[in-house]
Amino acid sequence: MSRAGKIARRTFLFGTVAIAGGVALGYYVVQHPHDNPLKPGLDPGEAALNPYVLIDADGVTIITPRTDMGQGAHSVLAAMVAEELDLAWSDIRVWDGPPGAAYYNAKVAAEALPFSATDDGFVARNARAFGGRVAKVLGLQITGGSTTVPDGFDRMRMAGAAARQMLIGAAEAETGISQADLTTRDGHVVTPDGEAIAYADLAVQAAKIAPPDEVALKSPDDWRYLGQPMERLDIVAKSTGTQGYGIDIDLPDMLYATVRTNPRRGGVVRGYDASKAEGMPGVQRVVPVTGGAGVIADSTWRAMRAAQEISFDWGEAPYPADTAQMWAQLEASFTEALQDSRFRDDGDVDAALEQAGGEVLEAQYRVPHLAHAPLEPMNATAQLKDGRLDIWASTQIPMYVVATATRLTGLKAEDIHLHNQYAGGSFGRRLEDDFIAEAIELAMVAEGRPIKMTWTREEDMSHDFPRPMAVSRARGAVADGKVAAFDLSLATPSVAQSQGGRLNQPMPGPDVAIVAGAWDQPFAIPDYRVTGYRAQPMVPVSSWRSVGASGNGFLHDCFLDELIHAAGADPLQERLRLCDDPLSRGVLEAVGEMSGWSGPDMGDGRARGVAFTLSFGVPAAEVVEVSQTNAGLRIDKVFVAVEVGRVLDPVNFDNQVKGGVIWGLGHAMNCELTYKDGMTEQRNFDSYQGMRLYQAPSIEVRALENGETIRGIGEPAVPPAAPALANAIFAATGQRIRELPLNRHVSFA
Amino acid sequence: MIRFTVNGAQVETDLEPETPLLWVLRDTLKLTGTKYGCGIAQCGACTVHLDGIAMRSCQMQIGDLEGAEVATIEAQGTPEAPGPVQRAWIEHQVAQCGYCQSGQIMAAAALLAEVPDPDDAQIDDALSGNLCRCGTYPRIRAAVHRAAELMREDTQ
Ligand code: FES
Ligand code: FES
Repeated sequence: MSRAGKIARRTFLFGTVAIAGGVALGYYVVQHPHDNPLKPGLDPGEAALNPYVLIDADGVTIITPRTDMGQGAHSVLAAMVAEELDLAWSDIRVWDGPPGAAYYNAKVAAEALPFSATDDGFVARNARAFGGRVAKVLGLQITGGSTTVPDGFDRMRMAGAAARQMLIGAAEAETGISQADLTTRDGHVVTPDGEAIAYADLAVQAAKIAPPDEVALKSPDDWRYLGQPMERLDIVAKSTGTQGYGIDIDLPDMLYATVRTNPRRGGVVRGYDASKAEGMPGVQRVVPVTGGAGVIADSTWRAMRAAQEISFDWGEAPYPADTAQMWAQLEASFTEALQDSRFRDDGDVDAALEQAGGEVLEAQYRVPHLAHAPLEPMNATAQLKDGRLDIWASTQIPMYVVATATRLTGLKAEDIHLHNQYAGGSFGRRLEDDFIAEAIELAMVAEGRPIKMTWTREEDMSHDFPRPMAVSRARGAVADGKVAAFDLSLATPSVAQSQGGRLNQPMPGPDVAIVAGAWDQPFAIPDYRVTGYRAQPMVPVSSWRSVGASGNGFLHDCFLDELIHAAGADPLQERLRLCDDPLSRGVLEAVGEMSGWSGPDMGDGRARGVAFTLSFGVPAAEVVEVSQTNAGLRIDKVFVAVEVGRVLDPVNFDNQVKGGVIWGLGHAMNCELTYKDGMTEQRNFDSYQGMRLYQAPSIEVRALENGETIRGIGEPAVPPAAPALANAIFAATGQRIRELPLNRHVSFA
Repeated sequence: MIRFTVNGAQVETDLEPETPLLWVLRDTLKLTGTKYGCGIAQCGACTVHLDGIAMRSCQMQIGDLEGAEVATIEAQGTPEAPGPVQRAWIEHQVAQCGYCQSGQIMAAAALLAEVPDPDDAQIDDALSGNLCRCGTYPRIRAAVHRAAELMREDTQ
């Protein structure tokens, strides 16, 4: 037996003992950057200090501290580490890891700054860097903003590369063979004579080695996983009904529960009568929770049925009681006092419009409140026993959940154990932890037993933090067959202000989301202005897939389309002429080519529309083809081109883009949350449908990889979908629809 | 006592006859592959087979099931030995969040049992009651076609 072989055996024994709890490379310095958040010189060595690689006797576990809500975060983050660490795909295991400040998301705060993604000037660059630093200070371990890939790209690869170097160093120490002669393959360090030592056998030794200050990353030409089609780590489980979600948690001695709180969000409960519910089969108790009551029973259904029998006396809504009043409030928000931002003010719009005189085009547009409604209703399981709280739930904000739990229970953070779960969708809903707080409240009265709290769909839809409604006022002028002036004013309640209020964090300065997807569009219109107005808060609102751009894409692009039509120009050619960003021109040219663009009219009752939105740094162009049928309007085909710098996971990329298009189109077709008496009128999928299979068009996706910055794709395909469809409907019918959902004005097949 | 079978196993229960099958599957039998999404027959996440036909288990009261044969996603195959529809779903990497996919697969399997080589219109008809909030529809269509192929190969 060779020397390496013997040593491998010996260290294996040593290893199994020592590794009982697992050895995390670099774990001991996890807290370091947070003790000294602004310590100079931190950044270069950062990756080596991040705890993403856990090795125990069974092999390597990659910590993927972003929530997998279906967007494939775990797979792509694992692939980044595996690529550099040299693991076999079939051996990869992933874990969300504990909540940790070390897992801050440097990109989220950067996105909130008022610099367009195409602005690479000194101030913009520094502000973005500062944004990341702020996130670090706050320990924002957030999943959102299409940041998982860009935030993880360097960090995760460096974590893998650093761990690999430490393992090679360990092998050198064990075998005496120089590092230069050692290589790695599929989870092993390999010696010159072909002996393979499993990483698991080297882990203890490796943990003693200081993380390297610098690591060399593979050239993309040498990648074996990234950029290639990979099988998602969860695909088999999700195709066989064996993927566990939060709603599937099953614990010994567990009880089931549901909660009802005031459907007038934020309203009080004046009282309730639970006498009937309390006597129903399986019901253990009915207990008050903040804003309502919870039923604890021996099955979910028995809890849900009993909860329907509680009669509540709900307090009034702390916001306008119906949708008509809300529109009125928004329309009254275009005042100097409520002006929030004017990040774009090119040329002299007032002068240009004055000069145009009677030729000025004016239009008011609006978009409704929208629910997230992931298919898995909100749920959480909690157990409070012997001074320890365990929580099983899916959340995008684990650090905040821990903070909420400390506030509710009075426990210390170290006594709170959050087990983040796979999510049956989120779309931004799990950036709120209201449902988790309810489960904790129930656990606090459950005498040590675990409580699985599941909302009914009705509770879920009526207790969302929706995408806020918005109104735009647009004016513009054309000259010589060109778009000459565009003045866009947008009014909406601030999502950041609403979220900040709940998190007890002031959100100073203008809210970029109010104008995102509008002010930052790469169009060189000579006189061009975008002004945001912060409407008074109404219902509590939150981030919804693509956030501000979700509505602004429609509000900006459709009026641009009106101007182009008034100019008598071609919708695609004029957008191209106006566009002054090469990457954005690239996607417009691409959809033109893909769709064989020859103008909006396609003959035989068929027509197409084009739209463009730059959001989250990603230029996205879409062409939607529609036809008029006896049954109504049909969406036949969609062409999408997006520029993301580099595609790391092509299958998932394609799935995300198509999903984004369908999300955008489906909500544009038929979804809105309306309010009556302070409550949503839509309570379930009968009145809030989205797109169904028979309506799904064929979708052709093209990724452009010309940019230098890698971008996430969970959101940017959403904003241009609604305007491309509305523009296509205009081309087909001559009807310019200025509000969503579109089925208020046309019927879909 | 109400008696029926689930995936071939005998079930006896004294729960209220109006209890929806969905919750007996999930909470009593711990067959959690079948999902709750709406409770009102609008989303299809709870789709199972009743005597071979795709049904919404949230709308099926167990009192009506005396002697019935129920099959769930767990009867389609396992991670180690997935059935043909499941293999097609894996090959096409249909799932995003995956929460709707048990229901989609059960609806597809019932369709394929009746129509071995469905066209897009037949697929649309059979599966349009199954919502997918993540928007995996293009892949679902492709995977049903692929499942039809795999089933033919399996029987050859
Ligand atoms: S839960 Fe049964 S159809 Fe939605
Ligand atoms: S994959 Fe998420 S709902 Fe269908």
